[in-house]
Amino acid sequence: MIQIILGDIGHFLIISAFATSIGAAFSYYRSIVTKDELRRSKYITDGRSFFVLHLLSVWVGIAILFYLIFSNHFEYHYVWSHSSVHLPFYYKISCFWEGQEGSFLLWIFWHTVIAWIFIRKSKKWEPSIMVTLTLVQAFLVSMILGVVILNVKIGSSPFILLKDAMDAPIFKANPNFIPKDGSGLNPLLQNYWMVIHPPILFLGFALTIVPFSYAVAGLWLKKHTTWIKPVMPWALAGGALLGLGIVMGAYWAYETLNFGGYWNWDPVENAVYVPWIVLIAAIHTMMVFKKNATALRASYILSISSFLLILYSTFLTRSGILGNSSVHSFTDLGLSGQLLIYLLFFTLIAIILLIIRWKTIPGEESETNVYDRSLWVFLGAITLCLSGFQVIIPTSIPVYNSILEGLGFESNMAPPADQLAFYSKFQIWFAIAIAVLSGTAQFFWWKKIKKGQLFQDMAIPLVITLLLSTIIMALGKVHNVSYILLLTAGLYAIIVNSRVLINLRNQKLSGGAITHIGLAIMLIGILFSSGYSKVISLNRSGVMYSQNFPDEINKENLLLLLDDSKGMGDYSLTYTGRKADVKGYGNKIYQRELNNTLDPYKALVKEDLIIDGDKSLSKGDTVEINPENTYFEVNYTTRDGKSFSLYPRLQENPDMGNVVSPSIRKTLFFDIYTHVTVVAEDEKTWSEDERQVVKLGEQFFLNDYFALFDNVSRVNELEGIELIENDVAVKAQIIVTGKNKDYTLEPIYLIKDKMVGKIPAESADLGLRINIEKINPESDSFEFIINTAQKDYIILKAVIKPLINLVWIGTIIMLVGFFIAFRKRIY
Amino acid sequence: MKKSYLFGIIIIAIAVMIIIVTAGDASTYVTFNKARQMADKGITKKIHVVGELKKDMNGEVLGVEASIDKLSVTFLMLDNNNQEQKVYYNSPMPPDLVKSEQVVVIGSYNKDLFIADKILLKCPSKYEEEEIKL
Repeated sequence: MIQIILGDIGHFLIISAFATSIGAAFSYYRSIVTKDELRRSKYITDGRSFFVLHLLSVWVGIAILFYLIFSNHFEYHYVWSHSSVHLPFYYKISCFWEGQEGSFLLWIFWHTVIAWIFIRKSKKWEPSIMVTLTLVQAFLVSMILGVVILNVKIGSSPFILLKDAMDAPIFKANPNFIPKDGSGLNPLLQNYWMVIHPPILFLGFALTIVPFSYAVAGLWLKKHTTWIKPVMPWALAGGALLGLGIVMGAYWAYETLNFGGYWNWDPVENAVYVPWIVLIAAIHTMMVFKKNATALRASYILSISSFLLILYSTFLTRSGILGNSSVHSFTDLGLSGQLLIYLLFFTLIAIILLIIRWKTIPGEESETNVYDRSLWVFLGAITLCLSGFQVIIPTSIPVYNSILEGLGFESNMAPPADQLAFYSKFQIWFAIAIAVLSGTAQFFWWKKIKKGQLFQDMAIPLVITLLLSTIIMALGKVHNVSYILLLTAGLYAIIVNSRVLINLRNQKLSGGAITHIGLAIMLIGILFSSGYSKVISLNRSGVMYSQNFPDEINKENLLLLLDDSKGMGDYSLTYTGRKADVKGYGNKIYQRELNNTLDPYKALVKEDLIIDGDKSLSKGDTVEINPENTYFEVNYTTRDGKSFSLYPRLQENPDMGNVVSPSIRKTLFFDIYTHVTVVAEDEKTWSEDERQVVKLGEQFFLNDYFALFDNVSRVNELEGIELIENDVAVKAQIIVTGKNKDYTLEPIYLIKDKMVGKIPAESADLGLRINIEKINPESDSFEFIINTAQKDYIILKAVIKPLINLVWIGTIIMLVGFFIAFRKRIY
Repeated sequence: MKKSYLFGIIIIAIAVMIIIVTAGDASTYVTFNKARQMADKGITKKIHVVGELKKDMNGEVLGVEASIDKLSVTFLMLDNNNQEQKVYYNSPMPPDLVKSEQVVVIGSYNKDLFIADKILLKCPSKYEEEEIKL
């Protein structure tokens, strides 16, 4: 039965959320412009009531969409296109935000939570903040409105029915048709990080509304200096969570995608990185606004910009403008016009407000001097902004093309060919400057330093820095000039900030120093893990491909045949076979140990198995498998005989293509990152028949393997074939000596109803198929037909990432610093 | 006052420098013909070429050849002017290559061969598929 009523309720709730957000914005607006005290409180009460209705509409709407996903209501387009019956519980949560509509809902949800806390905590600023927030909310909800007015589609509803979304012939025949299964979740997103990364990232997105709303309120009400204190904890929370969201996304990319790193300067990554950088810059200018008039103006501009950049990033990722240039952009829902209006509306409001109020922002220009601590902080903020500027300029290349084409010009600009090299060559200098400034500014911040005293105070940290950096340079063979500078700057930041930290009297003020230590550790981690990442799967076979080629073309991939060992760097690698993804057993069971059944999600165990020494499975047991996943077991052995296995994975999804994911060996000082680039195809092309006559007990060669015709026995039971009185079945037992283990092949010769039948034995691992062609009782020999095929193989790429743990450790320390600063500011 | 103006000028100078370098480093979308002309003039900059794989009457892809050790691949590509070009890619063949609707190759000419450093593939995605399986 088609479930229509829930979707209708959901759609109604979205419309109601839209209407109530406008109602709330309007009531709050009137409460500000009215002169009448009595009316003011009435309008505020109205605004609150509208907001409560809005919040309820949003929350119940979300609950309904979750319910539809969890109960597999595939008559709904959103559920059908993002979910599937086979997904476990936690991935069904990610289905919710896989699509644009769901992720908008997530963002809307966080706004309601923030507004709720706001109404509870901040009485004074409530009306002016809520005007902006509910107006933004109205725009966001309009993205999922799903209403057509005058032939213009406004928003895309998540509650639309499949039959309304798609013009499939089946619905003409049977309007009540419901698909049995959905088309599933993108295999890339079937990862635990995709359950937690989006909510955190969108909470970070949502938090940028607070500095924006405060800045707008400050300008509007001319409360130029009082808005900064209450906004600080929000800005810090936003900075921490947006940063955490970005790093989680980077970690997901590192674990799941196969581009070989955690950061790729992909347009979508950049689109979130830039607003974050600007928000961090805003936090810095807010810290010094009392001392520095320019900093107050900068705080306005940066608070507004970070939110507008979030809108810009939303526009970039959701309008389809990035097209093919990004791995994670959403599909185009035809909302680009709406998104553009949204972006331009708030940009215009902010610019107009700034222009009107610019002259009224207080501040006398004071002469700056080098010993002024606010100068150093301000310089840091500017460096951050320039670094963001450098990223957003090339990221927007597709936008320039669209604008130029819209104006009738022809434009063929493309993003830089090597993005990593392009961005890194700029960003490394910004990183050096930021590290130096973070140390110096913190030092001046902690202690008012007078002329002449500077060298005295800085001497010891400087000497330690130079000493340490020389030692590391020598040990780590760091020769590149910019790398040497970044290393030294990073160490300098760690040492100076640590010195400040140790001498602090009030540990509540330690947030800044700790955050900067975390940042510097992270920078050093990035320097080593990216600058010194080393492909170890280099192919030095020396084969020339074509006369046209220069010799220096290195092949960065390695071909591994099954059971063949190959040397690679300090390791010897052996590919030992394909493993299945078995529920409860992970990647412990080889595919060759299982028989497929008609249901692709179930398999039968071929022989008794003992797994990990304690769990056991018996022949004929049914196990649940995920047929999309194949793990390729690769054993690594070091020179001193230690070994471990990595399991790079291939996900095959008929609807979404193949996805390879790396397997990472994590050690304290480096990671070994391995992924398959190509695997052998499942369908084999067999060679022409080769005949061999072999006597019982005789040894012979099978496709270059050593084989023994060990035994012949009568078979009394055959699966799927009923044997009656006069039928005879005989099986030959052939033992093949593989590189690492023996294989037993048992072809069967059958006489049933006086007809001859042959059941071949096949080994995918060996690329071998053998059939009994004839039995010669007089000479005690069998005639076999042998076919061979390409042996199973994989092509893999392996990279060593030194000191990558510093990146993650640095992130955690940074978060701790943010938290300390946040706590200090909410009390 | 003077100091802060100086400050502003330095910032603007850096920003302008960033824009200029970006404009210089930006790649371009060109046809094979244009790429060829650039290579003949000695311009070694990497460029983008958009096109698709060569196909026969029945839509079967022609001319995709993986090397013997499977670690590299060559294929025939038609750019938007339908000009044919042999492309060499120094990495294993991307599994989705033959299924792709559109191919973007990023690289440059080496004599008669176009050497792609990077390939972007546009594949028929599930979202565009207006089909429901029963």
